[in-house]
Amino acid sequence: MTKNNSLTQKSIPLYPAKTKMQVTIIFLVILGFYLFSMIRTQEDMVGGISGALGNMYVVIEKFFPPNFTILSAIWDSMLETIKMAIIATTIAAIITVPLAVLSAQNITTFKPLYYLTRTFLNLLRTIPDLVLAVIFVGLFGVGVFPGILALTVFSLGILAKLISETIESVDMNPLEAMRASGGNVFQVIWYSLVPQVAPQFTSLVLYVFEINVRASVVLGMVGAGGIGLVLNQQIKFYNYPNAMTIIIVIFVTVLIIEYISNKLREALL
Amino acid sequence: MIEFKNVGLVYPNGTEGLKNINVKINDGEFVVIVGLSGAGKSTFIRSINRLVTPTSGSLQVDGEDILKYKGKNLRKLRTKVGMIFQNYNLVKRSNVFKNVLAGRLGHTGTLRSIFNLYSKEDKALAYNNLKRVNIDEKIYNRADELSGGQQQRVSIARVLTQKPNYILADEPVASLDPPTSHQVMTYLRKINKEDNITTIVNLHFIDMAMEYADRIIGMRAGEVVFDGPVSEVTEKTFEEIYGRAIREDDLRGGAEE
Amino acid sequence: MENLQLPPKPEKSLFKKTRALIILLLVLALYVWTFVTIDIDWGRAIERSINNFHRVIPKLFSPDWAAAGEVGEAMLETIFIAFAGSLMAAILAVPLAFLAAQNMMGGKVTSTIGKWILSAIRAFPDLILAILFVVAVGPNAFAGVLAIAIGSTGMLGKMFSEIIESIDMEVVQAMEANGANKIQILFYGVIPQITPEFLSYAIYRFEVDIRASSILGIVGAGGIGTMIIFASSNRNWNEMGMILFGIIIVVTVIDFASARIRRKIV
Repeated sequence: MTKNNSLTQKSIPLYPAKTKMQVTIIFLVILGFYLFSMIRTQEDMVGGISGALGNMYVVIEKFFPPNFTILSAIWDSMLETIKMAIIATTIAAIITVPLAVLSAQNITTFKPLYYLTRTFLNLLRTIPDLVLAVIFVGLFGVGVFPGILALTVFSLGILAKLISETIESVDMNPLEAMRASGGNVFQVIWYSLVPQVAPQFTSLVLYVFEINVRASVVLGMVGAGGIGLVLNQQIKFYNYPNAMTIIIVIFVTVLIIEYISNKLREALL
Repeated sequence: MIEFKNVGLVYPNGTEGLKNINVKINDGEFVVIVGLSGAGKSTFIRSINRLVTPTSGSLQVDGEDILKYKGKNLRKLRTKVGMIFQNYNLVKRSNVFKNVLAGRLGHTGTLRSIFNLYSKEDKALAYNNLKRVNIDEKIYNRADELSGGQQQRVSIARVLTQKPNYILADEPVASLDPPTSHQVMTYLRKINKEDNITTIVNLHFIDMAMEYADRIIGMRAGEVVFDGPVSEVTEKTFEEIYGRAIREDDLRGGAEE
Repeated sequence: MENLQLPPKPEKSLFKKTRALIILLLVLALYVWTFVTIDIDWGRAIERSINNFHRVIPKLFSPDWAAAGEVGEAMLETIFIAFAGSLMAAILAVPLAFLAAQNMMGGKVTSTIGKWILSAIRAFPDLILAILFVVAVGPNAFAGVLAIAIGSTGMLGKMFSEIIESIDMEVVQAMEANGANKIQILFYGVIPQITPEFLSYAIYRFEVDIRASSILGIVGAGGIGTMIIFASSNRNWNEMGMILFGIIIVVTVIDFASARIRRKIV
């Protein structure tokens, strides 16, 4: 048994005293840090936690009932968000191929190139989507274009990492066979790597598409187009019933897209 | 003709894979390499198509030293030397026909192969080879739907489609049961005789080596310790090669089935 | 050359062919619609980028070190939000996961209900949750904590329930045969099997939440996001460079530490 199991069973003297000590200390540190975090984050809150619970009622009153008469007006923005996600996912899926191959340890045997791509992708993944959007909006002005760019770069980092992990887990034997029969690098990749990776690739692209639809809500908030733009306006005007309608539309869209992509995934694998 | 002259191979971690190998393999021979696992059989065979590269000596295939080959030369060598693997090494998600056509890769341009633009002759050749190993009715099945023996037959068809002068087989029957093992060896033997393709097979089963080989090369610890026609081989020879008494698991058995 | 014969054509059913064709046409139509109707003002984008490039990009690479203190403090708040939120989520997710796992609370009905609750929670982007909580508890970091907590509960609950479904049930049966009661089975048969993976996922979620909580500031839910919004509306790209630097450092360090801890646990 590993010592972690004792976390939940520390009252039973089944484990050595040292393990018990360690677990207790770790537990206390986590608890202490948690309490400290809670105090720090609640510092500027007016009314404390009890006031917050009362506020919940106020929220519901503010947001409900949603104003469904604006549905036709926000429809276009929702579609725009989906279009942004489609384009960004497609571009990312194309660019990701060379990057994923270069950052897969079993294919890229030239170490410096592997480490370079790995580091670049890791760096890319640390930048939040919002920061990318802010920078691209600063560069290209308000609109859909910076939004698409931000989503592309953002999803590229995630996708390339996931796909390179898929590539690293393939069966290397067919690759050896193709090499032994005189195939060049491209033929080896196309004939023995692509068929093994393709289903997983499609599934991951769909997953990243889902992430992109969600993320494009954030982007609109800083002027990068789509439904987020409209949502931001409504909230700035304290028009909560309208905002609630938009939230419900986003909620339903995300659910539908998740459902469709789950069905597609089942058909593929 | 394949000729090893003082060939040695030291792996980067310092272990010696091959020690001063001097062997000449004539055209059309069916050679079986025997030895315990780790004796260097695999390294020996993989040197011939340069999946591993010896670090000293010279290795000649058809009179040319292949140790300096790179890029295009190397791929050309590999189209001439086909290989069969213990784990069949098929692309499991692709169908049988595509797997067999992959044998033409070395003869086909990159673009043509990527768009599956094989000539009629290539397709006919691939189909015919499937027929030769009696697996043509599975042509459009996915490779992972086939049994181990069937997959190994597909990989033989793949090698034949390459039209090689030499076939290397690295423990081709180690993952198969006795009857299927004999079937696969019979096909290899038949092809060797009919097409006059020089065939070099790694085996660790003594009885199979005796049954199919023209000539046996014994290896131990990276060295050739025996080399002679099968008629000169006795049980004692194997005991010398293995450095111990023969055991039951050194035999495949099941030839009658 | 001997007499060679061409292989027979593969037989594909008409149904399969039509289905493939329909899917192809649908995807094609989707792309045509997307690219034809997308509203990109190329002229303006190009013109803007030519004008703005030197004003933005070089400055990002020369961070404003004077803002380092402020950025550090905001990053610390971001870490607090993520930590408090992840821990809350890790606790909230446990009962929901047991509800959603098919091999625990009995019937298919409870499992379906549990799964529905979890996927409904997951359908809300973090930012939307943050908007709701900012209205509820005011524009402060605690709204961020709540948003992270709820958002992560959806994802962690799903992961946890999958872990529970994959445990070795034979151990549980053995204990049942011993005459152990439900609570005893839970503590001796189930929890030891799931604890390492639960911890590993909770720590991984903390990694994700660091990224998530760094953007909540744009709706007033605290953390570094607040600074991002100020810097962007003031077009203070030197400060943005500093913020970016801070985020990259913190995220990299936490990713690295979390990967090491997780490797030790599992």
